[in-house]
Amino acid sequence: MASSLELFGFGPQGWGHQLLLAGLMTLAVSASAFFFGIACGTLGAWGKSSHALLPRLAADVYTTVVRGVPDLLVIYLFYFGGSTAVSAIAHAFGAEGFWGLNGFLVGMLAVGLVSGAYETEVLRGAYLAIPRGEIEAAKAAGMGRWLMLHRIIAPRLLRFALPGMGNVWQQVLKESALVSVTGLVEIMRQTQIGAGSTRQPFAFYIVGFLLYLVLTTLSGFLLHAAERHSARSERRPA
Amino acid sequence: MIDTDFLAETLLKLLGGLPITLELSTISILAGVVLAVLLALLRQASRVGGLFVRAYVFVLRGTPLLLQIFLVYYGLGQFPLIRHSILWPFLREPWWCAILALTLNTAAYGSEIVRGGLAAVPTGAVEAARVAGMSRWTMYRRIILPLAFRQALPAYGNEWVIMVKSTSLASIVTLMEVTGQAYAIISETYRAMEVFLCAGAIYLTLTFLLTRAIGALEHRLTPYLRRPETTLGGLA
Repeated sequence: MASSLELFGFGPQGWGHQLLLAGLMTLAVSASAFFFGIACGTLGAWGKSSHALLPRLAADVYTTVVRGVPDLLVIYLFYFGGSTAVSAIAHAFGAEGFWGLNGFLVGMLAVGLVSGAYETEVLRGAYLAIPRGEIEAAKAAGMGRWLMLHRIIAPRLLRFALPGMGNVWQQVLKESALVSVTGLVEIMRQTQIGAGSTRQPFAFYIVGFLLYLVLTTLSGFLLHAAERHSARSERRPA
Repeated sequence: MIDTDFLAETLLKLLGGLPITLELSTISILAGVVLAVLLALLRQASRVGGLFVRAYVFVLRGTPLLLQIFLVYYGLGQFPLIRHSILWPFLREPWWCAILALTLNTAAYGSEIVRGGLAAVPTGAVEAARVAGMSRWTMYRRIILPLAFRQALPAYGNEWVIMVKSTSLASIVTLMEVTGQAYAIISETYRAMEVFLCAGAIYLTLTFLLTRAIGALEHRLTPYLRRPETTLGGLA
């Protein structure tokens, strides 16, 4: 017990600092990907509910392809494809050698794009759940498009979309482990490094399990609280 | 502009990885269903069993699959006890480790889906079976499990599609399935886009066929939801 305290503690021999930083990195890359995913999902939901053919087709292709292909493949596409593009640009400006795309950026874009496909359906479903009468009432009250969006549609949308968005967040949190293939030092990569240099893979992977469980459980509690908060107008007084 | 020779060559190489992808998918899906049903039944059976299953589901659904694969492949070998056991010839092989991790993972998600299916079995059907004098085993085999399966099929279909995509993680423990082949070709040629298109096409075909098969099975299992065929024509 003392040895594992030393191994995972914050002392000079301990991995505590690195693991804590890795946990923060997982959170940072997941959060960026999640918000990028919301942006993609908003575009996708707009495209799917559009009456014009082109946006609808584009949104359909986006969700079908991204949901039918492994996430790891999408990460490779961004990692290698992005690096090739960046190198080409760098060479055009006279730089030499290999220019890689930052692992954080790859993770944010790739995981975000994938989560955006799921977010599309979440947001579309939530938009359809808004009672038409409320939108008509807003129009009748003389609200402009923008005012209606931020006073009526956005708050109602968020309330209906929250449970689905919570699921997407938990998924993003776990998927961020795949970004370790780009060398970004988040929980997965850090436990791999620790496992390799101490020859105690089992202990390190178990600690990795615990870190992810803490993150998913905490976010579960927060999401639950947020859902209760957003539904407070619909609760009956006791 | 489009290098068709390269695309054809890439597609051929990627298809070389298809057998492993198919093996990993079918074996882990089938073993996963069996384990999921057992877990769901255990959860109903007793308090201790229920607690165990809930803990199992909590841990497996709260952590990334990649970490689970690493724990099985690299973590278990740390212990001399395991290295000297009869399981070692299996746990030494990345193929078996991938199968084990994928099965344990999908069983956790599956047991929740099966639980939903079991909960949807009407009490009346169970009571009728009991009144007809069926034994517990017959009742499960003839009434409860078929009804639960039919109820759970749409949700389970989504899980199977996810599993087919998840087999790509086996490439990180050196298995050369489709994604493993894709990685090798990309790091050799740096033509990420073309390789992605070919590999993506293979996975899309697989998931498309799978969803179609599930849809057909669902159609077969729900004759009561179909509109009656009006073959009588003029008579009706």
